[in-house]
Parts: sequence; C-alpha cells; structure tokens
Amino acid sequence: MYAAGGLLGSDSVELAGDLTVDGEAPPLARDRLGLLAQDPDSQLVMTLAGDDVAFGLENAGVPRAEIWPRVDAALHRVGFGYGRDRQTDELSGGEKQRLVLAGALVRRPGLLLLDEPTSQLDPAGAALVRAAVTAAVADRTATLLLVDHDAAPWLPLIDRVVEILPDGGLIEHSRTWRPTERAAGLAVARDAGADAATGPTLLSAEAAGFSYPRSPVAALPATSLNLVAGRTTAVTGPNGSGKSTLGLLLAGLRAPDTGTVLASPGLACGVRRDRRKPYQWTAAELVTRIGTVFQNPEHQFLTQRLRDELALGPLRSGAMAGHAREVAFGLLERLGLTAYADANPFTLSGGQQRRLSVATALATSPQVLVLDEPTFGQDVGTWREVVRLLAELRSAGRALCLITHDRDLVSVLADDELALGPERTEVRR
Amino acid sequence: MSAGLVLRPAAQVRLSAINPVAQLAALGIVSLTLLTTLDIVTPTLVLLVELLMLPAAGIRSPVELIRRTWPLLLGASMVGLVNVVISEDAGPLVGLGLALRVIALALPGVLLVASTDPVRMADALTTHWRVSTRFAYGALAGLRLVPLLITELATIRLARRTRGVDAGRNPLVAARRFTGTIFTLLVGAIRRGSRLATAMDARGFDSGIARTNARGSVLRRRDWLYVAAALAVCGGATAASIAAGTWAPIFVG
Repeated sequence: MYAAGGLLGSDSVELAGDLTVDGEAPPLARDRLGLLAQDPDSQLVMTLAGDDVAFGLENAGVPRAEIWPRVDAALHRVGFGYGRDRQTDELSGGEKQRLVLAGALVRRPGLLLLDEPTSQLDPAGAALVRAAVTAAVADRTATLLLVDHDAAPWLPLIDRVVEILPDGGLIEHSRTWRPTERAAGLAVARDAGADAATGPTLLSAEAAGFSYPRSPVAALPATSLNLVAGRTTAVTGPNGSGKSTLGLLLAGLRAPDTGTVLASPGLACGVRRDRRKPYQWTAAELVTRIGTVFQNPEHQFLTQRLRDELALGPLRSGAMAGHAREVAFGLLERLGLTAYADANPFTLSGGQQRRLSVATALATSPQVLVLDEPTFGQDVGTWREVVRLLAELRSAGRALCLITHDRDLVSVLADDELALGPERTEVRR
Repeated sequence: MSAGLVLRPAAQVRLSAINPVAQLAALGIVSLTLLTTLDIVTPTLVLLVELLMLPAAGIRSPVELIRRTWPLLLGASMVGLVNVVISEDAGPLVGLGLALRVIALALPGVLLVASTDPVRMADALTTHWRVSTRFAYGALAGLRLVPLLITELATIRLARRTRGVDAGRNPLVAARRFTGTIFTLLVGAIRRGSRLATAMDARGFDSGIARTNARGSVLRRRDWLYVAAALAVCGGATAASIAAGTWAPIFVG
C-alpha cells in the first residue's frame, strides 16, 4: 500500500514488477494522495486543529485566501466537533484520527489510503472514524484502498475484497464474502466441573486508586478487584478510564495513592520480610509471582537474542544457567519460534513479538499474569494461538487479568469482567 | 500518561505581539554586547531592563521566575563561584560580574520561550529570514514527539522491572542499564519519526512546490522599534560602562 502511495524510500527497498497510479509512477502522483495510518500521534504536525488541516494545502502552494474556507469545509465533512483553534493534544484518539482524515481530504485526493485506521482506538473511537470515512467516500470521487486485519466492520463500504495469503498469493473474494469469525469453533471451554478447580484469591485490590502528579483528575478512581487462581478477569472500558493504570497497580509497578493492592499469603510466600504489597518486592521476587505483558512488546525486550530474552527472567530470579536454557528452548518450541533462537527480538513480526513477550513472562512461572491488550494487532491465526495459550494457562490454575478492548476475547475467555468508565459494572459470567 | 507534558501553543502575553524574528534580533544584539565585555556595569544595566520586561512575558511572581530559571541561576552562581575559587586574580566582584553576565545573556531566551508559540516562530523564520521550510516545519513536527518520548521513557523503565531487572545500587550496572533503556527508546523514536515523515510526505511536504503559509507573519513598526530599543539599551549600557571606566572589552581572535 505504501508503494502505491509512492511513499517507500527508493534506497531502502527493492520493488519487483510494475506499479502505476493514473498511469504514472506512484511518487509522481503523490499530490493526488491521502493517507490515514494507525497511530494518530505520529501523523499530526501542528498544535492547533485548523493549522494541522491547513498544512497539506500550504505544501501544495494553495493561496491563503483559499486555504481557510477549504479547511472549514474539510473539518465539517469529517464531523469534527470543535473549531480550528482546538488544541490537538486535547483530542481523543478517535477525534485525532478524524482530524488526520480532514487533513487528507482537504487536498481532494483521488486515492485515499487507509492503514488500519482504527486499530489503536476503543470501539467508540473506531465508530467515529468509520462514520467519517463513510461520509467522505459517499460521493465516489476518490478511490479507497483499505488494509485491515479486521475487515468485517468496513464491508458495507467495500466493493472488492482481496486477501493476501501468507505465502504471497492473492485471492479475490466475492461480494457476499464474510471474514472467518475469529472465535468460531474455538474450544477453550473449561472441562466439566472446572469451576470446582477454581482456587484461592491470589491478589486483590481494595479501593485502589491512582493519580499522576500535577494532574487534576484521578487516572484510576478507587477500584476493587480480586484475581483468583484458575479464573480469568477482563478489565474493559473506554480509553482513559484507567484500565492500564489498574494493570500497573496489580503488576506491582506502581503504588496506589489510595487503598491497597495485597498479595495473598500464599503468593507472597518466600518474599523477604513477608511483605505483601507487590510494589515493595524486588524485581526478582516480582517476576516469579506476577508476570506482566505490556501493550508494546518492544518496551520489554532487553537482550539481543530470543534465547537470551527467554532465559533472562529465570537467571535474574536465581535459576542455574542450565535450567534457564532448558526453559528458554522449551518455550521457543512451544511457540514455534525455535528457528529464530539467535535472532534479535526487534526483528520479529508484530505477532511473533507478542508471543515472545507472553513467553518471557511465562519463563519464571508466575501464578498471576497481567496482560495489557494481549490480542492487539493479531491476525486470525495468531489471535487463536494467543487465546489457546491463555486458556491453557488458566487450566493450569493461573490467575489471568486481561486488559482489553477486544470483545471476542472477553466473550471467549473471561470468567469475570470489570468495565471501568462512567458506568462502572462488574459481571460474573 | 503523565499529564502536563504536552506541547501546546504558548499562552498569549503582551510580548507575543512582537514578531519572533524581532525578538531573535534583539537577543543577538544583547549577546554581542555582553560577550565582548568582562565588566560588571554593562551586564547589570542590561539585566535591569530585562527584569523590567518579565511581566510583559507573563512572568509576574518571583516563584514563577525561579520555576522557569532555576537551572540558569544555579549555573550562573557556579560560574561566578568557580572563577573566584580557582582564578588567582578574580575577586568576588569579577565573579559576580560573570554570574550576572550569564543571567543577562540567557534571560532574552527565557523571554522568547515564554512569549513565542513554536508555530509562529517557524512561520516568522521561513517568511522573513528565508529559513528552509523543510528545516523549520520538520523541527516543529519533531518537537511534537518530545513529550511522547518522555512518556515512553517512563513506560520502558517500568517494563524493565517486569523482567526482573531492578534499578540497583551499583552505578556501573545502572549506567549500562540506562544505555539499554536509551537504545529501546531510540528504536521507538526512529519508528515514530519515520511514520511521521511518511505522514508528512503523504500530505505533500517538501514536494518541490513553493509552499504558501496559511497564517502569515507580518513585521510591523513595533517590531522595528523593539529592535531599536534593544540597540539603545545595549549602547547605553556600554556607554555608561565606558564613562565609569569599567568597560573591559575582550577580543577573541
């Protein structure tokens, strides 16, 4: 897709075959292009909404008198709810994406490229963006090219669906095509009587809250939650409702300002001075009890080879080198990454990195696992693989905490759900 | 994640009415004046005028001034102190003069930052001084990423604890860990930077077409007056110093 946009640096990649846009090489047709990519924060240039939309017109040499009416029209067209003077850092993710879309449309593109434009948004933000795109292409003056793992919500808008196969081939689907349901036929249901196997509470938050310094509003209002051995708890809610903050408190990475997060005596067994607050534990004590997987796997990588990455946790918590090696190779095989044992973690694909980061948390066999968006950016195949892996961990009696927007994941795997946000609800499934 | 670390337009203060290039020119005049003399009278007089201008830049209380300039004050006192301590012929007066000089040199920068929106600065530089738009707006876009990087640094530090790596007490180990943190941060910054560059390319940035400016930047009479005033203050301070017999020019050559 970036090739069609003429946006690939000619020195960094090798292109095979021919690609033309309006009969020209793509870089020459770049002035008739509009792009909406994944991450809103790396697409905005200016500090004010109006200036940002105007940026593309300034680049095209449009006279000033013409710029502002076109900016206003573009903002109106995407349903941007504020004026030109709105500061871009005060916008939500969905609003930022609408603004980026306005910045693309204002140039009257003939080709509009969308690269997973909703993948970093909560469901409400994603709906905002889809509505804006739908309105924008309704007059059919632009060709829309969309790339997305999750095609279903876009189908009403789409004339042709082309699937790229893992081996490089293409399939064109008929207009009645519907994507495979990710969760279809996935048997992760517990064995009969599994509820009886549910164990003790391992970690509990009692009215735990947290505020960042200098911030007037609490990042997380007082929240209570129990993580129980053999059960999966999903924490859901819109962006900014404190899901990730709750994850950091449960993971022993930050101390709550109000309330407490306490480990059960069983989980805290063996900790120096019998401390039961996870954030007081040393890092070595923490990794053998509570494992954490961050939303961006790259934040957690520390070594230059996969095998070292997996052996690191066991080594840091006092395992012998031979044992750490065994654990590392066991996990590599389990995840189908043995061929990459000597590769650098930063060179893996997104899906592989995700599996690796889950595996590094597992290497020290913690009883509690806190996972922030574990299925983020996964295709159907790797999604199912992650879900199966998590289900297996649950059956093995671990307490899982999933921080997620992914409704499919919640419906397949969650035993309990805590929905944060204005209407806070707790569901026991 | 950490609120308050955001790039937003600078607040509108009285000094914001002066075009950024006029402020830069005044800054150049002050620097030239102070860098060429080692006495105490010139920097004292220039500093007095600068202090009188602080309210116009929205800095009204001493607390606000100290909050914005404490690293500067610390550095200036160190400069003065070190000169008094290690130099044989520098008395306390020379030390004080050097400290005042550092502060008087840096305050125009503080005034500029407090009153100037980065976007206006880019507009003014590209319009009046023919600074390349590629450089000015590229830098502007890069500036947006700084707060994001600071947030990311905090996340990476937390992430290391989840891998069994503590901050530790050994400074050597801590230094090595810090290198690792910076590496991870840089990988992220380069990815983000190239995504931003792609997004800007897709909106026709630096495509060879002469760029227009939606906001414009006008030099008015008051901007010329501002520069003239800076010249007068610096000239006056130098004249006073010569008259007092304290002027001590240095010629680096």
